[in-house]
Amino acid sequence: MTTTTAPTARKPATMAQALTRALRDAMAEDPAVHVMGEDVGTLGGVFRVTDGLAKEFGEDRCSDTPLAEAGILGTAVGMAMYGLRPVVEMQFDAFAYPAFEQLISHVARMRNRTRGAVAMPLTIRIPYGGGIGGVEHHSDSSEAYYLATPGLQVVTPATVEDAYGLLRASIASDDPVVFLEPKRLYWTKADWSPDAPAPVAPLGRAEIRRRGSSATLITYGPSLPVCLEAAEAARAEGWDLEVLDLRTLVPFDDDTVCASVRRTGRAVIVHESNGFGGPGGEIAARITERCFHYLEAPVLRVAGFDIPYPPPMLERHHLPGVDRILDTVARLQWESRWTEGRGA
Amino acid sequence: MTVLEQPGSSRHTSGPAGPPPAWRPRVDPAPLLPEAEPHRLLGTDAARRLDPALLKRLYTELVRGRRYNTQATALTRQGRLAVYPSSAGQEACQVAAALALDEQDWLFPSYRDTLAAVARGLDPVQALTLLRGDWHTGYDPYEHRIAPLCTPLATQLPHAVGLAHAARLKGDDVVALAMVGDGGTSEGDFHEALNFAAVWQAPVVFLVQNNGFAISVPLAKQTAAPTLAHKAVGYGMPGRLVDGNDAPALHEVLTEAVRRAREGGGPTLVEAVTYRIEAHTNADDATRYRTQAEVESWRAHDPIALLERELTDRDLLTEEFATATRDGAERLAADLRERMHTEPPLDPMDLFDHVFTQQTGQLRAQAAQLRAELDAEAEGHPETTTGTAMPAQEARP
Repeated sequence: MTTTTAPTARKPATMAQALTRALRDAMAEDPAVHVMGEDVGTLGGVFRVTDGLAKEFGEDRCSDTPLAEAGILGTAVGMAMYGLRPVVEMQFDAFAYPAFEQLISHVARMRNRTRGAVAMPLTIRIPYGGGIGGVEHHSDSSEAYYLATPGLQVVTPATVEDAYGLLRASIASDDPVVFLEPKRLYWTKADWSPDAPAPVAPLGRAEIRRRGSSATLITYGPSLPVCLEAAEAARAEGWDLEVLDLRTLVPFDDDTVCASVRRTGRAVIVHESNGFGGPGGEIAARITERCFHYLEAPVLRVAGFDIPYPPPMLERHHLPGVDRILDTVARLQWESRWTEGRGA
Repeated sequence: MTVLEQPGSSRHTSGPAGPPPAWRPRVDPAPLLPEAEPHRLLGTDAARRLDPALLKRLYTELVRGRRYNTQATALTRQGRLAVYPSSAGQEACQVAAALALDEQDWLFPSYRDTLAAVARGLDPVQALTLLRGDWHTGYDPYEHRIAPLCTPLATQLPHAVGLAHAARLKGDDVVALAMVGDGGTSEGDFHEALNFAAVWQAPVVFLVQNNGFAISVPLAKQTAAPTLAHKAVGYGMPGRLVDGNDAPALHEVLTEAVRRAREGGGPTLVEAVTYRIEAHTNADDATRYRTQAEVESWRAHDPIALLERELTDRDLLTEEFATATRDGAERLAADLRERMHTEPPLDPMDLFDHVFTQQTGQLRAQAAQLRAELDAEAEGHPETTTGTAMPAQEARP
């Protein structure tokens, strides 16, 4: 691309700012894009992600709704039926549950039930996960509920660049997206210019964030920085860990995951969500079904405990941390009889 | 009336006491209140002024509707429908809802409202696809502007509000009419839809068919509201109470509500008092929860009989008109019977289409598995399929 404008200085931008810009760019590009939710208008959202949008595009395009999540999503369904492209904000993970019936019974299956006649180009933004000292009902990892529902795409960025690129792709998608924003990463910064052209990231593609050869840490969203830190710490133990960021849980990128695991022969899945019934079980099954002969050890998981999300003063014991990840990596049968027997 | 207590106004705190800030109700509730008695035209002097053409149109649709109901119920007994929730006795509600709307408007029916969809012009076979079970929605909702028949109660109401709101934002002249039953008014989505509609002043009409029962549970166990129409007042919209078996009265009220919505006057809640003559569905046994005497008292208030009396009194029910109406209804039933007795085309591979715009790799693999199973079945060797959507394990090089 040729351009005569001077290169914009790159300066630190937060994930929240990248999300705001994604919304603004999408709204500027397509008049069908409507942002709606609780406090998204005048206030700019409790996390300020919709800051300035009502002022710039008017309150019809970025509207404060009554405080009722089923009503928000239910009316968004009707708006989508009429050709709009609603972007709905649920204020917190656990506050999205009242909208569950609309999501499961209508959003997810509208295209299928009408043989493709009625599309649901909806994006449902949900701040999720813990680590911000939130009191009860402000820190849930609810992704397992969504990925268990056919018809929904489930997307979660872990970097500032992806926050922009994946949100743009989600809004552009003609199928519904549950867009999970790791709230503890809202204020992470990257050397990212809010003005320079930014790429739209494709849905359904995982990304290797750190190359390694000993084992693969498979993660997403809020746990990516923890995994990268663990991988650095693991060098002292002699392990060269690969870190894979899934970016979208649905569609799931089997190819990138399997290519990595076949290379390293070992895999640990890391997420905040409860282990039992969590995404890790599905991912471990998929790896075993596809890569069994390449595995040097069972696929292990580092997940939240199977408990209701703890109060803020205890949450550090629940969340996957560097030590727990390294302890799990240590259990990957580095000196197993199996390995010795095969002369590896 | 509540007086708002203000910080600083208590005698327990220091500082100067002042009058509370100005307060007044946001809207005057009096004009929103429904009628004291269900609005009726038939049997009153007002009925004499009704347009004969409208009466005959309503009568034709009611007779067709009744015949459609009896035919659909018969089809369940013949195993041609998986289930049929009949609207027998409620035909006036179904027909009036359809006739109150213009071409560009939208209808949001529940599963009991296939007749309203048919009266709006939908092919009866397409309307019954859900209940035959060969697909969920048997029609393109955009063709007649009829939303998919909705099974989870009241969840279609916010859709109607959102669609009407979107149309208004785009400057289009579109009204949405959403249908729900008395049981559905207890659902949270009923509340949220009415609230959103009123706050947004969306061009929506909510039609509650109060047929007395939510399957077996009578209205007394459903609500303590004076009437369901009174619920409107709490949202700041007018409530109207109508005799749901008086087709001209209901048509008048709905037409007025649609006109009001079209002119920017906002939503209306209409309660039509009617009765479900048949059981909930063919799978239900209504004798367990209501008396035959009650059913008979409503049969005496049958919507077709009521209108027939008016037509007869005004010499509008000529032999010729009566025969033509009956014949038309019989043709509808015969056509439905004949077409429902042919097996619907089924392609199991359809199951994987339209989950997403494009099939994911996961769905492609599962579609391939089913394809292989179908092929083996067709060749008479179902046991030879791989039976898995998994790629074969790759041997380690």
